[in-house]
Amino acid sequence: MTEAAGRDAEHDLESRFEATISRDQRIEPRDWMPEGYRRTLIRQIAQHAHSEIIGMQPEGEWITRAPSLRRKAILFAKVQDEAGHGLYLYSAAETLGIDRAELTERLLEGRQKYSSIFNYPTLSYADVGVIGWFVDGAAICNQVPLCRSSYGPYARAMVRICKEESFHQRQGYELLMTMMRGTDAQREMVQDAVDRWWWPSLMMFGPPDDDSPNSAQSMAWKIKRHSNDELRRRFVDMTVPQAAKLGVTLPDPELRWNEERGHHDFGTPDFSELKEVISGNGPCNTERIERRRAAHEEGAWVRAAASAHAAKQAARAREEAVA
Amino acid sequence: MSDSENWPLYEIFIRGKRGLNHVHVGSLHAADDQMALTHARDLYTRRNEGVSIWAVRSEYIAASTRDEKDPFFAPSADKVYRHPTFYDIPDDVPHI
Ligand SMILES: [Fe+2]
Ligand SMILES: [Fe+2]
Repeated sequence: MTEAAGRDAEHDLESRFEATISRDQRIEPRDWMPEGYRRTLIRQIAQHAHSEIIGMQPEGEWITRAPSLRRKAILFAKVQDEAGHGLYLYSAAETLGIDRAELTERLLEGRQKYSSIFNYPTLSYADVGVIGWFVDGAAICNQVPLCRSSYGPYARAMVRICKEESFHQRQGYELLMTMMRGTDAQREMVQDAVDRWWWPSLMMFGPPDDDSPNSAQSMAWKIKRHSNDELRRRFVDMTVPQAAKLGVTLPDPELRWNEERGHHDFGTPDFSELKEVISGNGPCNTERIERRRAAHEEGAWVRAAASAHAAKQAARAREEAVA
Repeated sequence: MSDSENWPLYEIFIRGKRGLNHVHVGSLHAADDQMALTHARDLYTRRNEGVSIWAVRSEYIAASTRDEKDPFFAPSADKVYRHPTFYDIPDDVPHI
């Protein structure tokens, strides 16, 4: 093929890809796609998967200290779901031609990131409730539109995940309602957790739109359907009435309903803090990655044993077939 | 990193309930078939999503080419007479 013919063929594939996207149809794993699209997806899906896996840690710390068997069973199920979410997403990433072991390696080497929110500590049991309410609530805002993401396997993983997130958010809110009906000390714990998690939760939506260099391309490719600021605003509008019902105060003096815009006005999160946490300097970054590394290394013998068992069974089956 | 990377990839298919086909839900890695089924149960049926699971090694799946305009499917495109609407039947003929 001549160079010119090669370029034509490439152009042909590219326009077919663009046409599929503009018709709002899904791109599937074996379709031709631009390298940038593939790279962006791998980065985003992997980062999302890592967030689910690392996200097990802050809440997981409370499983053994849950105040009742009921709460323990719920928290266990929730954390197990997050492991599942991570695996659905690694499975989606693998359809793009990358191995999930490679992704784990990139996470442990700090070459891929996970959500900033999981680098904050969980100081009391009220944090478990607030994480369900805020963090899973923010995740729902982020994830519902991703169910229509242009990449088929990613969109389908999101559909599964979204079905499960609603339980996460509700169990958190219910936990907080229970505490708010309790003693003054319990109500103070809830308010304290709200104060600590509110701003980091708003940061989950990422930097402001004018400082989010990859957003425009992701939206053109319909990998992302809404901008960071738009999703952040939705989250605030959704959460304010829930806070009122619960009887807690959101720690933002600028927060008020704007009749004209039909949305809440609210303060600007400290995005320099977000930058710090993302670049590895949050309160728990080192601890989270170390924990993940330890789990991986301590599990190595289990994986090796399973492989050895499988090999032995396979050999035995072959022998029996010959005999 | 070593060992687990050699675990083969399996595609997982779930029958949601009796009377339905198995439907592809995703993939996972497992050391052997038995482990693939156990993992698939834990991963894809935590809320009664299935009554039956198939786990198939991904490498054993034969697939048509990836081209959307694949001539492979051409035989089905030009045979309009395979569809009931191709045939003109007067309105007053009952039950057809
Ligand atoms: Fe999740
Ligand atoms: Fe969740």
